[in-house]
Amino acid sequence: MFDLSPAEAEALRLSLKVGFWSVAASLPLGIAVAWLLARREFPGKTLLNGIVHLPLVLPPVVVGYALLLLFGRNGPLGQAIEAIFGKTVIFTWQGAALAAAIMAFPLMVRAIRLSLEAVDKKLEAAARTLGAGPLDVFVTVTLPLILPGVLAGAILAFARSLGEFGATITFVSNIPGETRTLPLALYSLTQQPGGEAGALRLAILSVLLAFAALAGSEILARRLKRGRT
Amino acid sequence: MLEVDLEARAGAFRLKAAFSCETAGIVAVYGRSGAGKTTLVNALAGLTRPERGIIRLGGKTLLDSQAGIDLRPEKRRLGYVFQEGRLFPHLDVRGNLLYGARRAAGGDSRLELGTVAAVLGLEDLLNRRVHDLSGGEKQRVALGRALLANPELLLMDEPLAALDQERKDELIPFIEALRDRFGVPVVYVTHAMPEILRLADMLVLMSDGQVVASGPVEEITSRLDLRPLTGRYEAGAAIRARIARHDPAYGLTELDFAGGTLRVPLLDEPPGSGLRLRIRARDVALALRRPEDTSFQNIFAARVAEIADDSGPQIDLRLDVSGVPLWARITRRAFVDLDLAEGRSVFALVKSVAIDRHSVAPLPGPGGLDRPRAGLENDR
Repeated sequence: MFDLSPAEAEALRLSLKVGFWSVAASLPLGIAVAWLLARREFPGKTLLNGIVHLPLVLPPVVVGYALLLLFGRNGPLGQAIEAIFGKTVIFTWQGAALAAAIMAFPLMVRAIRLSLEAVDKKLEAAARTLGAGPLDVFVTVTLPLILPGVLAGAILAFARSLGEFGATITFVSNIPGETRTLPLALYSLTQQPGGEAGALRLAILSVLLAFAALAGSEILARRLKRGRT
Repeated sequence: MLEVDLEARAGAFRLKAAFSCETAGIVAVYGRSGAGKTTLVNALAGLTRPERGIIRLGGKTLLDSQAGIDLRPEKRRLGYVFQEGRLFPHLDVRGNLLYGARRAAGGDSRLELGTVAAVLGLEDLLNRRVHDLSGGEKQRVALGRALLANPELLLMDEPLAALDQERKDELIPFIEALRDRFGVPVVYVTHAMPEILRLADMLVLMSDGQVVASGPVEEITSRLDLRPLTGRYEAGAAIRARIARHDPAYGLTELDFAGGTLRVPLLDEPPGSGLRLRIRARDVALALRRPEDTSFQNIFAARVAEIADDSGPQIDLRLDVSGVPLWARITRRAFVDLDLAEGRSVFALVKSVAIDRHSVAPLPGPGGLDRPRAGLENDR
């Protein structure tokens, strides 16, 4: 039954591309922010924590609108990007990835922060006495120890990105082949007369995709665990 | 030479530690829980930052707060063996052992994985995961890991405290082997006097965040004023002696020490070996005249040097046996009957059987390389 139509295949491909890049690009920042929140005390920490978690509690439309204001042709960041790259991210798949990354960011940071807080700092101290500098310790001790948490955060963020709808449609609209990801394609079908069958196919496809992501993370987590204990 | 003068604060606790000692063999840092031992060692390692102070090791300044010198832990080249091992769970035994070795400055090839693994009995464990190791094995890996980082000084924070008695007895010969085989000086934190008497040459005594005294183990443990800190039950004297000859027929060994000859149950070490010997105060009796027809194998002419009278039913006396301190614990009744006083000449009586092999520890010296291995086999 799953011979995908060209439009469906395009939406799937686009969803995977947007999901992958939103996670890949935000992961280093996610680790850095999680580290700051887990390990450092600084003025404005509560504020940073609040801003990171904002997308979790705000209506996605608000996030999309804020992105439009910031990254639009007249927005401060939009003008800067246009000056450098000669184009803006609105109405592009990169914009969709940006929206998805911001919506998924709190989930990613939470997972990584939890695993960072579970790391025994005494192991890091031991590594220091063995001649490793702070960065060396982070790469060779901390990072391997939090890998399951990083993985969980990445999968969670990826799954969240696949489902992103509100911020995306507000920020980059619903352009076939550019920003029409699976949820947007599904939404479009529900707005058309006679689109129910197509909508159902996309819904099933979304469920399968979600299961695949979960299964993938489970397998990876098990493999990590086996290598460790 | 290790010179320390520190002031540190951890919550309400204040550490004020000043001492200097030769870094040869094992320097023990002793004190009750909460005396500041771990705070001191963490400051030495650079894991905590003291408010003010100086740490110098062999002419190298690790910390001088006035001059603004504060070497980071990874630059201090002090190996640290923690109480709870702190092995890296994501690496196997080999990975743990080599972690510091790969980062050791200068590429000094004095230490090789193979040699260290052999001395610590780790050859068969190299590919094992840390998780599967027993407590004693973990500590051996921790010892090897710290050693392979090629440190100028090894810090050990109660490395035996988490182990049961059997594992402790098993690990001690390895620590002796470390000292004798590789000649790395050790600062050894403990609150167990037996470990000190067995292992240490120098003793730094701590109480309430202060260094109360430091010096040779024999000297500190026989000082009367330090007795509240070194402990009453363990009261006794540590004596250096040398094996004169064995008497297998009677199962005895004769030891020479500055005060004369001491007969103890047969030891394994060859004649000529240096030993440290612990004679507990409660195993020493006194007589005013040299007793005849007695079962006591060890009788020494002595002088009462000091009287520790805390008005309890027992009284401890420090005796001077030709310059060697010896402690005797007697009842108040005997003390009165014998009419003892400082300066009085007496005879000290020591039962040979009171000295078991736990009272005897080998001293490093010529031929010291093989002894710890032999000692290990005896313990098994």
